[in-house]
Amino acid sequence: MKTRVHVVGAGVISAIGNSQAESLEAFRQETSGIGYMTVLDSIHKNKLPVGEVRLTNQQLSERTGAGAELTRTALLGLHAAQEAKHDSGISSWSQWRTGFISGTTVGGMDKTEDFFLDFIQDTSTGDLGKVVNHACGRSTELIADALGVNHFVSTINTACSSSVNSIIYGARLIAGGKLDIVVAGGTDALTRFTLNGFNSLLILDHAPCRPFDANRGGLNLGEGAGYVVLVSDAVRKHEKLISKCTVSGFANTNDAFHQTASSPDGKGSFAAMQQALLKSGLQPEAIDYINLHGTATLNNDLSEGTAVKRLFGDTIPRVSSTKAFTGHTLGASGGMEAVFSVMAIQHQCVFPNLRFQEPIPEVGIVPQLQFEKGIGVRHVMSNSFGFGGNCSSIIFSAVKNDQA
Amino acid sequence: MAVYIKGMGAISPQKTWDDETLLSQAVGYRGNRLTCIEPDYNQWIDARTIRRMSRIIKMGVTAAFMALKEAGVERPDGIITGTGLGCLEDTGIFLMKMTESSEMALNPTPFIQSTHNTIGSQMALLLQCQQYNQTYAHESFSFESALLDASLQLEDYPDQNIVVGGVDEITEISHTVYRRFPVFRREVNNTLTLFESDEPGTIHGEGAAFFVLSGKRGEHDLARIEALTTLYKPDGHQLKTGIKKFLDDAGISPDAIDLVLVGKSGDATHDQETENTTTSFFPSSSIGLFKHLCGEYPTASAFGLWLAARMLQAHHTPDVVVYRDTGRALNNVLLYNPYFGTHHSLILLKSCRDTL
Repeated sequence: MKTRVHVVGAGVISAIGNSQAESLEAFRQETSGIGYMTVLDSIHKNKLPVGEVRLTNQQLSERTGAGAELTRTALLGLHAAQEAKHDSGISSWSQWRTGFISGTTVGGMDKTEDFFLDFIQDTSTGDLGKVVNHACGRSTELIADALGVNHFVSTINTACSSSVNSIIYGARLIAGGKLDIVVAGGTDALTRFTLNGFNSLLILDHAPCRPFDANRGGLNLGEGAGYVVLVSDAVRKHEKLISKCTVSGFANTNDAFHQTASSPDGKGSFAAMQQALLKSGLQPEAIDYINLHGTATLNNDLSEGTAVKRLFGDTIPRVSSTKAFTGHTLGASGGMEAVFSVMAIQHQCVFPNLRFQEPIPEVGIVPQLQFEKGIGVRHVMSNSFGFGGNCSSIIFSAVKNDQA
Repeated sequence: MAVYIKGMGAISPQKTWDDETLLSQAVGYRGNRLTCIEPDYNQWIDARTIRRMSRIIKMGVTAAFMALKEAGVERPDGIITGTGLGCLEDTGIFLMKMTESSEMALNPTPFIQSTHNTIGSQMALLLQCQQYNQTYAHESFSFESALLDASLQLEDYPDQNIVVGGVDEITEISHTVYRRFPVFRREVNNTLTLFESDEPGTIHGEGAAFFVLSGKRGEHDLARIEALTTLYKPDGHQLKTGIKKFLDDAGISPDAIDLVLVGKSGDATHDQETENTTTSFFPSSSIGLFKHLCGEYPTASAFGLWLAARMLQAHHTPDVVVYRDTGRALNNVLLYNPYFGTHHSLILLKSCRDTL
């Protein structure tokens, strides 16, 4: 029989805080992280609100012990991964087959775009130190090296579903007996490249975003990182670790509809949620909370809402998009939202969907409006959908540790 | 892991499609950049769709379609792509325009097509494949991760057919930047004679190689993939123990390996160590080389796997590949791909001649 896969550690950094504890406090206080950028330099800096991490590269360097010249993607990732490692209580993972799997869409683009300022003037100029870490895999290796993980490394780029796919891959590698411990999630820094890319698609809101609201006007970009530490039953027992929850179901599907747009009926997202439920052996009514993809674009929220309605019928569980707090952090979003989902189970709480006023008429879903604690949260679903039709859904389930 | 190759497609700096005579007329290049010999895409993709696609997308999608055709599979049960650097052409276009125009009035099309998963998602779109779709972007381990993922999936669902491949492109910008790093030789008179001189630096390559894999044996299988591993930044001792453990776990002794297909890159900085490792582990095996044919790039191991499987299928090692010939018939082939001394991968293949 295949082993269960436990989550024993988690770490997150975003516009609402540099740790799980700070994030929880922001959710409780309903403090959004959306505002104008101060770290990234762009002509859009006073026009397009974003969810920017409130630490400079220098500060991230001081807190992580890594060089300040590294890409911001790597620094953010290392910050969250270090918290996850510490949180797991694993003293040393060198005796186990340990892997680090990270999702990212921009990789070292934050430095590459600076390199291009010189390079376009004269192709023999531009500091090569700025492009040496451009590839997505480089950010993964910088973090893995700093964490002391060298048995297995991998990187996934499926746009906005990258990091939930990393967690799924990690869980499958453990279940398949290939690895014992996997730190999985993702990281993405804000860049002019993505800011201008999404701006050229006319899907950025010039005000703080309103996920799942009838009058939503697009997304806010954000940045951050989120990782979970996954272990097998054997590692959990041997290391006497406390299981926060298990990864009980997941699925990865493709909408196969359009390069950027989701199908109106959300066939890809429906299939991802349905197959994740199937894998977990749970009925739809067992899900206590869905952390929605909920980007606040017209297209995503209608498509996702339609799929949720179709799958859950009239008994829709508590749902919210935490992107109203953090912005859409692209390749990091699935990892960050996995950490939030784990926190929901651990603290038996659900997070509010900020700025909601009026339901989308076609679906009529009213998301969770306040931070709510002391409710039974046993099974949480988290959705991540991306460009290219990539749809992934994952389910985390509470576990009794005396039986674990 | 026992995964069967049902079909393959490769677009590379050699004429690897419609390849009735395996590499009998290998192409040499002058300089340090090898460019793919591309097929007529109109035979594979609708003309309107082709116009919107960058070169890496066309190469990747077409190589996958070639593999599906050979396998006789219309719609796969999953698509897994490995690409070290992704869609560099569209990334470069958007970066240049954004920098030149100081972030004003940008066309979104190159941005949309810049993400690594565009290749796999275009396949999904054209094949209407709503199943599993994944893209690995971990430099020289991208293809290996894709292969490992497919093998996990096929362990659970052996009847499935999964498209797996590796693809990378060179662009003017990427080559200009790469040439400034001291890893690509300034000038090679003929890339086919790459291994005849000891100099630092290798040659820059590109290519797409895709495979249809299944966990179920068939009559026309091209080869069987037995085992796979990656070794990340091993020191000399860890490399040796890693290779030994790989062989032990696969249940094969070094003297049972008939040919080792080695990804020596022509870079004297690392090739001597690679040669020492290979000859000390496999003193009685034949040795073949392939990077003078495809150049060095993150997913060159996908080209290596294509070559190894074609050799097993044809029971023949092309002269241009032979480095040390011990005259052994090909039953077990080991693909050993080192990448700039830091990343090493091992893929063990077996002939399918007697598997049924």
